[in-house]
Formats: sequence, C-alpha cells, structure tokens
Amino acid sequence: MANQKIISRKTKLENDQYKWGFELDIDSETAPKGINPDIIKFISKKKNEPEWMYEWRMKAYDHWIKKEDNEPSWANIKYPKINYQDIIYYAAPKSSDSAPKSLDEVDPELITAFNKLGIPLEEQKKLTGVAIDAVLDSVSVATTYKDMLKKAGVIFCSMSEAIQEHPDLIKKYLGSVVPYSDNFFATLNSAAFTDGSFVYVPPNVRCPIELMTYFRINQEGSGQFERTLIIADEGSYVSYLEGCTAPMRKTNQLHAAVVELVALKNAEIKYSTLQNWYPGNKDGEGGVYNFVTKRGICKGNNSKISWTQVETGSAITWKYPSVILQGDNSVGEFYSVALVNNFQQADTGTKMIHIGKNTKSTIIAKGISAGKAQNTYRGQVKVLPTAKNAKNFTQCDSLLIGDQCGAHTIPYIEVNNPTAQMGHEATTSKVNDDQLFYLQQRGISLEEANYMIINGFCRGIFKELPFEFAMEASQLLKVSLEGTVG
Amino acid sequence: MKKQNPLLEIKDLHVSVEDGIKILNGINLTIHPGEIHVIMGPNGSGKSTLANVLSGRPGYNIDSGEIIFKGQNIINQDPEIRARNGMFLAFQYPMELPGVRTWQFLKASVDAVRLHNKLPELKIKEFDKLLEEKKAIVEMDSELLKRSVNEGFSGGEKKRNEILQLCLLNPIFAMLDETDSGLDIDALQIVAKGVKDFHSNINSVMLVTHYQRILNHLSPNYIHVLIDGKIVKSGDKSLSLELESKGYEWIRETISKKS
Repeated sequence: MANQKIISRKTKLENDQYKWGFELDIDSETAPKGINPDIIKFISKKKNEPEWMYEWRMKAYDHWIKKEDNEPSWANIKYPKINYQDIIYYAAPKSSDSAPKSLDEVDPELITAFNKLGIPLEEQKKLTGVAIDAVLDSVSVATTYKDMLKKAGVIFCSMSEAIQEHPDLIKKYLGSVVPYSDNFFATLNSAAFTDGSFVYVPPNVRCPIELMTYFRINQEGSGQFERTLIIADEGSYVSYLEGCTAPMRKTNQLHAAVVELVALKNAEIKYSTLQNWYPGNKDGEGGVYNFVTKRGICKGNNSKISWTQVETGSAITWKYPSVILQGDNSVGEFYSVALVNNFQQADTGTKMIHIGKNTKSTIIAKGISAGKAQNTYRGQVKVLPTAKNAKNFTQCDSLLIGDQCGAHTIPYIEVNNPTAQMGHEATTSKVNDDQLFYLQQRGISLEEANYMIINGFCRGIFKELPFEFAMEASQLLKVSLEGTVG
Repeated sequence: MKKQNPLLEIKDLHVSVEDGIKILNGINLTIHPGEIHVIMGPNGSGKSTLANVLSGRPGYNIDSGEIIFKGQNIINQDPEIRARNGMFLAFQYPMELPGVRTWQFLKASVDAVRLHNKLPELKIKEFDKLLEEKKAIVEMDSELLKRSVNEGFSGGEKKRNEILQLCLLNPIFAMLDETDSGLDIDALQIVAKGVKDFHSNINSVMLVTHYQRILNHLSPNYIHVLIDGKIVKSGDKSLSLELESKGYEWIRETISKKS
C-alpha cells in the first residue's frame, strides 16, 4: 500500500518480550509480515485496546510460540507446511480509518463487491430486515440496524467496539468456551485476532431480526483471524448468520477464526454458516485454508444451540462446530452439508459433550465429493458419567460423484453412563444413472438433473436455514458443481 | 385414415447390450399421427428395450438401423432433447428422487419443454392452475405433490404420477411401458382415462403391455407381437383377444409352420 511506512526493528524476543519500543507506524494500514510481540502490540495499539486485552493476547502468544510445532496432524488433510512468519496479520481496508456510521459511508466499491456475491447489502437491509456486520479483511465495516437492536437491548457490534464498550462482558466470556490454550489455531487467533462480531441478547429478549456477518479476505498474503462471541442471556433467542468469501488468489490464504457461543438458562442460539472461501483452481492451486474453532456451551438448563453449516469453499476445511451440553435438558444440534470438488479437502464434523441430565444431541451430516476431492466426517459424541438419560442421534450420508473422489466417516462415541441412548446411521451412495435418466426423459438437462438430485440430498439441511440463506446455499451448490458432469 | 407423414419410423433397428447380447433384431415400425400402437409379447422379448432405446436411455448399443422422429434421425440425440421435442416415456418402474419435491420436479419439467419450444416459463399461478386441472384427471392426491418424487408412493400412485406427467407435458408421442401392470381395476380405469384424455388425432401412443384388459378402455389401431427382438405378427384389436385366449405359443407355432 502506498502510504505504508514501517520501521522494522530486530527484537531480541527472549529479553524484550514485554518491553515495547513501539516502532511500527501506527498510521500504516498493513502490518509487516510475520508474528512476534511487536505485531501483537501493533494490533492491540491499532485497536486502542486496554492493557488487559493486550495482556490476554500476549498470554496466548507466549503459549503459541512455545508450542509452535504443535500444529495438529491427525486430520485427514494434506498441505505443505505453513510459514507463519510469511503471513500479514493485520490489514485494514482503505476506507476503515474513520469507521463508517451507516452504509452510506461505506466505500461504494465494497458495496459493489457484496452485490457481486449476490448479497445486495442495501436490499437485504430493506427487504429482509437482516442486520449485517461486514468484516472485510480484518475490520468491521458496517453494522446496520443498530437502532432497532438498541431498542430491544441487543448488542451487536464489532469485537473491537465490544472490547471498548462492554469490557465486563468480554472479560467474563471471551475464552470461556474456547480457552486461549485450546488448540494451535485457536491460540494463534487469541494472540492475533483483528476483529469479528459480538452479540449480547439480554434476558427474555427474542432478537427481532436475524443478525448477519459477512467475511471477506481481500488483501493478498493476509490471513484472517476473526473472533466472534455470542451470549444469549436467560430466556433469550438469537439467530445469527455468517457468510464468507474470498477472491481468487494463486497463493493459499489462512483463515483461523474462533467462534464462541454461550447460552444461559432457557436460551437458544441458532448459528448458520455459508462458507464460500475461494477453493483453489481446477489444478488445486490457491484457495483458503479454513482452520476454524467453533464451540458453544449450553450453560444453563433447557438451553439450546444449533449449528447449521453449508461448506462449499476453501481448499482445506478443518472445523468441528461443537456443543458442550452442561445444563440439564439442554439440546445441541449440528446440521451440515460439506461439498468438495477438484482438489478440495474437508475434514469436518462436530463434538457433542453431554454433561447435564436429559441432554439431547442431533447430528445430521451430508458430505458430497466430486472431482479428486476428499471429504471426511469426523464426529465425537461423549457422554460423561453425570449425563443421565443422554440421547444422541447421528446420521452421516455421503454422496460420490465420479470415481476419483473419496468419502470417509470417522465417528467417535464414548459413553460413560449406562442410561444413554445412542443412534448412528451412515449411508454412502452415488448419483444413480436411472434417476438422472428419469429427469432427462422429462426434458431436464443432465447438469440440472444432477443438481436437482444433489439439492434433494441436502434438503433436510437447507430447511434448517433461514429462507434467503437456503436459496443462496442452493445456488452455491450449483456453482460449486459446475463441470462435474458430462 | 389419411396418409400423413409418419411421426415415427423405425427402420431395421438392431440393438445389443454389453457382452454383445442382442436384444432387438431388426425392428421395423411406422407410427402415424393419431395412431395407437400396442406392443405385446412374452417376458424378455425386448418390449421395454424398444421403449428405452427410442427415448435414448444409456446402456444400449445401436448396431444398425434408424429411428426417424419428426423427420429426423435421432439415434445420437440426447434424451432430454428427444423429450423436449415431444417424446415421452411412462416408466415401468418410476424412480424415487429423495428430497426432490414433486411439485418442483413437475414445474422444472414443464418449463424445460416450454423453453425449448421458445415459450416462457410458466408463472407459479399459471402452473398451479394447469396442475390443478391435470391432477383432477388422474385423481392425484394434492398431498403427494408436496412430497419427494415417488418416495413412499404406492405402486398405483407412482403410475398415476406418470400419467399426470403425460397430461402436463402433452407430448406428441407417448410410450407407456407396462403402465397397466400391477394396478387394481379402479387405478387401471384412472390410467386409461388419463391416456384417453391426452390422446388426440395429432399425437400418438405406443403402449407396451402384457394384458388385454387396458385395451378395453382404449381403441388401438394396431397390435404388434414382439418375440425374440422381432415383430413377428401385426394385426388389429382382435389380435389381442386372440392372444389372450391362445397365448404366445400359438404365435410361435404359426411362425414355425410358415418357415
């Protein structure tokens, strides 16, 4: 970037870790490549963070640097070693210096970009009453519908703002579900996260609209580390949608987000994701590494957390949205469609940890593999001795297109209470030639026929999505499947 | 009957499947607009193969011969193009399409054919009106339209769904592959009613069947007997009655006597 002025300094890490000759230009919009205490300081300074936040980041950084070779290797994915010093950890979009207060103040080019994605921000705002928080690269660019939410008492803002305005909630809940030491990528995120969304729904409030965030990585060579925290206080309800996209890049980009959900007594959180990060080209070049930690806790009795995800993008997806069922009678749900094509790899699934009595979990995972792609469902259902009468139902269906792709199902079930009831069903199928012919005989093209059958395969998941999102999900499938037939 | 240009001409059609097993051994058949042709014959004689090959189902090798449909040799034409040009097959075993709603499937099908014929897609209201009218003919339960295509349908419901599609698409040439098999008397009457409603002096029907009983409801112009992949005898409606009483052995004997 043109106005970037960076004075680099060789830091002796061992000695100088906590002493800060802060010499990175605070006005620069992009941090230099790499991660070190200077960068953490830069990010924290850039965001005007209080000291406690900075210390929290540094705790994570220290932990990460000690365990730098602890990158998980158990997943069914293959990729060249990532050079974590070759990534830009902070890149603000041009227009973010003075944060826009309304959509009108947002760079019109950003609006055009969203429109290209089929997400007309303006229209969505008017027609659907969705409040959108758009995180472009690392900074939240627009949050709409604030006033309406304010009236209801709902807080929906960027993470940066929440750290400034709601420190008590952040201190209490940040890292309470995914601790900074949780795993390699979550630790890196805790140290270097740049923005994200924050939601707080007060007791007995039903959030009047669907909340929505759009993530996009623009800057080449930059990573994205956003952090989302949603708290549903007693008796409240919120539905949150998240969409992701990244432009085409020859190089791989790292996305390591952390999402934490907290549902207190009688509260319900519904979290939907449409993930369309750039998957790489037909030869497997480029694409996003999507290494994400998502976890919710049903903290109070009778609470419910539901994850719905449609994953069609990313070169590699590594993600297991999970629910800790701590409160008695709490409910956890996971509905997933993961589609991989060309050289994409996905190792995704969920964890349901039953702690409370009469806790119930449902897992429905649909995997679609095409091209030379590999799709793995990995799920863990754990019933602790305290979880009397726990119930789980798991269904994993895989659909194969062509003969060079793979589908793998790896369920782990651990039951420590004899009253538990577990159900597991799994199927693997291919798109049936007779079904295709039936549709063709009715005038429907082969490509369209394939799409209809696959869409049908996913219908059970799509119906869990809010309507507009379901339409978009269906459209995404279609685009992702282009060229798989014929 | 006035001699118009034929709608369909099959000329010396030879078809085999994998391993070179021959199924059709030189079929010759000409169907004119408005005619109803009935194909009868013992199991394994090639009746269903004929219907499948005409509609372009993959898995068959056409060794020689021609299929001229509306004046064009369609041997290398994709099945969806044949369908859009007005060729329809009511399946012997209609496929189940899990998760694909019947309504959506019917609409997609009607629109695909319309677009091909340079007509605009139907608006939802227009389509619903058409559907309402056609489903009354086959007495189709509205609930079924909300369910996945043929999933959990009874045998009779599946066949009615096929006839509903026939009525909706209104093709120029309809093949019915044992649509009457396994139906009770009421369902049979409904299916026959649907076919009659569809049939006109412009469009033609090729009915593959084992049984004479559906012919009581229709007025076929020709009965053809297919044995070992060849049409060995053709006649009028009386042939089907004769077959019903004497069986296929009688035909075999008359053929062997001749040769």
